[in-house]
Amino acid sequence: MKHCMKAILLATAVGWASGPLLAAGAHPTTGEALADDQIFTYVTVDEHTSVDPQIVEDTTGAAIVRDLFEGLYNQDADGNLVPGVALSHTTNADKTVYTFTLRDNAKWSDGKTVTAGDFEYAWKRLADPETASPYQWFMEVMNIKNAGGVMSGDMPVSELGVKALNDTTLEVTLAGSMSYFPLTTTHGSTFPSPQWVIEAHGTDWIKPENIVSNGAYVLTKHVPNETLERERNPMYWNDAETIMEKVVIKIVNDENVALTRYLAGEFDKTGVPTGQFLKMQKQYPAEVYSNPKLCTYYYSLNMGENGPEALKDKRVRQALSYAIDRDIIVENILQAGQFPAYTFTPGATAGFSVPEVAAATMSQAERDAKAAELLSAAGYDKGNPLAIEILYNTSEGHKKIAIAISQMWKQKLGVEATMQNQEWKTFLSTKGEGNYEVGRAGWCGDYNEASTFLDLVNSKSGYNDSKFSNAEVDQLLADSKTSDNAQPNYTRIEEIIADEVPLISIYHYTSATFLKSSIKGWPHENVEGNWYSRNLYKVAE
Amino acid sequence: MLNLIVRRVAIAIPTLLIILVISFLLMHAAPGGPFTSEKPLPPQVLANIEAKYGLDQPIYKQMINYTVGILTEFDFGPSFKYKDRTVNEIIAQGFPVTMTYGVWSFIVAVFFGIPLGLIAALRQNTKTDYFAVSFSITASVLPNFVMAPLLILVFTLWLGLLPGGGWNDGSWQNLVLPVIALSTSYTAELTRLTRASLLEVLRSNYIRTARAKGLPERTVILRHALKPAMLPVITYLGPMFVGLITGSFIIDSIFSTGGMGYFFVNSALNRDYSVMLGITLLAGGLVVLFNLIVDLAYGWLDPQIRY
Repeated sequence: MKHCMKAILLATAVGWASGPLLAAGAHPTTGEALADDQIFTYVTVDEHTSVDPQIVEDTTGAAIVRDLFEGLYNQDADGNLVPGVALSHTTNADKTVYTFTLRDNAKWSDGKTVTAGDFEYAWKRLADPETASPYQWFMEVMNIKNAGGVMSGDMPVSELGVKALNDTTLEVTLAGSMSYFPLTTTHGSTFPSPQWVIEAHGTDWIKPENIVSNGAYVLTKHVPNETLERERNPMYWNDAETIMEKVVIKIVNDENVALTRYLAGEFDKTGVPTGQFLKMQKQYPAEVYSNPKLCTYYYSLNMGENGPEALKDKRVRQALSYAIDRDIIVENILQAGQFPAYTFTPGATAGFSVPEVAAATMSQAERDAKAAELLSAAGYDKGNPLAIEILYNTSEGHKKIAIAISQMWKQKLGVEATMQNQEWKTFLSTKGEGNYEVGRAGWCGDYNEASTFLDLVNSKSGYNDSKFSNAEVDQLLADSKTSDNAQPNYTRIEEIIADEVPLISIYHYTSATFLKSSIKGWPHENVEGNWYSRNLYKVAE
Repeated sequence: MLNLIVRRVAIAIPTLLIILVISFLLMHAAPGGPFTSEKPLPPQVLANIEAKYGLDQPIYKQMINYTVGILTEFDFGPSFKYKDRTVNEIIAQGFPVTMTYGVWSFIVAVFFGIPLGLIAALRQNTKTDYFAVSFSITASVLPNFVMAPLLILVFTLWLGLLPGGGWNDGSWQNLVLPVIALSTSYTAELTRLTRASLLEVLRSNYIRTARAKGLPERTVILRHALKPAMLPVITYLGPMFVGLITGSFIIDSIFSTGGMGYFFVNSALNRDYSVMLGITLLAGGLVVLFNLIVDLAYGWLDPQIRY
């Protein structure tokens, strides 16, 4: 009966909503003629891990979650915050308590009103050890009061610093002042979840037949490792503005096959296979895009106890960094518009201006000369060459870069670099245990603020594979949390990284995609890659 | 014969248990775990997750719990990677898919491969034979990871006749390309095997005797040569059938069929312990079953074998 009602409701609403739109056939603001079939089909290489907002841990799943659920804030095409379920927020003087005012017309797909209590439930659910969420730690990134205690089970979940004062007021108490806190609320793991559905169905609540969600779309079909479909949610508070009726994922594990099928007209969006960007851009200039991404490719230098003696010498680390010609890697190997990196934080990060570190201003010849000088000062030369091992996870792309870098080191510095590749999980475990010398790594921001990168060099960070420890960096990081303008701190930290070289930043990522020219509204400028299907539409060709 | 079946089933149970124990130990010996990731989980979070999945217990206890779960409730546990489903669900969804394209590939391979091999042997050193031999050599050196993208290029991009992938509940359009890609090398192998085997039988003494008795060639072939010539072929068919229905990683990943082959390989890479064990046990059980069927077929084909 419930399903039946849902279907009728959906059918009527779709009919009602699409009827006038199709008849008008034009975009309400731009006036472009719209295609009759508002269906967006895109490829993902891997199946998502879950569509449960508090469980999902991959970007594919996060994109689905952003369509199915809506959090306090959304992002616009440039990545700025725009109201979601929350209309606005206020904060106290020292930025430790944030009070969000929620809209009263937000609805779940079963017709219930979305309340502050749904957020309180979801956040407590995320922190609860019982839930065992892989994104549990995000509560600590958000600096929520008592998150650590709740996560370790030392405190009851009720102690978590989040409270629904009434249906439309959510009060969040932080462990300490944090000026960029609202930025974290666009993350999927902070989205509300329907307690009554989860209690009724347990882990099966996210199956298409059970799920209740509050976003612009509802999940209608899921065939594991083949396809997932979501259709517009007539109960969504802003459904009138949704144009795309249906969004379909096709899972194609092979990127080259995906491209062939894209060219055959099966999909609207797919990735550009590695190394084919330039060729494809020439061939399909209107459909190939390369957008900056908040990710950095770097080599971590093991300064820990298991690391080699040589890497404990700052001059050696500096020399290795100077000798890498980033331009060659970006222009000749990657060829997809990536940016050479001399700082760890990508320049595309919001509110972050790239500091002028010495290496960035030199020519490669100057860098090479400096590198040779530093390494010989450290006591290594042709007669006593430095031997070092590069560890990377098995992949053609990583291999090419490792070969190039080991050659650069050999030619310019006489360094005997050996390469060692390992299967992904073995690689992670070797690196995690600190049994490596130079290790390949990549890091993507969890939110659009420099601290998501720079926290990595915090001596207490679990991600600090280099085992770098610098009291000044730790202090600067702690201070920047509370500061209104943290840029001077971030500049200083980047300068310390450039000088101490616990890691060698190599390049900042781009994402290279094929997108049919009929699909409009794609947020190319959103560096976090956060897109929402309800902003997309298909124009008539 | 009943005796044989009972004996085989009795042996199957310890066999599967040994498979279970070895896989379990190998899996846990591999570095990393299901929750090792590029952004390592904080120790507290990892502990919570491991507690939830019982991975915090000693290995022997995990193994006992797992085995008891299977024996009492037929529960192969949850997937560690795909947190919204259980191993039972993954197998229930993936196995029918691989079963379908596997059985069709089997049928295609048997119905093309064996007759082609027989004709080639009967008309040795004729054009037909040369065709069969060159087909089987070409097809067996053309791996399916080359075949599959080529088929998609031709039939999807150039001709626009068939979808380049997906399953679509097993509609025939989605079946054609995977079945061609998967069956080609098996067809070639069966052709080669059948031809060689029949040629050998045709040169044996009892065939000469049959011919000397003046039996018509037709009777010589059908009554006396065919059955023994099929013995090596049947031996090959058992494992081949199991291989086909337990899925192919290549077919699943290139044609996005959603079958079990992809899950099998990826579960190993992801250290998704429960999925890997579940599929290993299923495949193990099927191997035992089809070996038994092959043995029973021997009894029918070869009068020297009596159970």
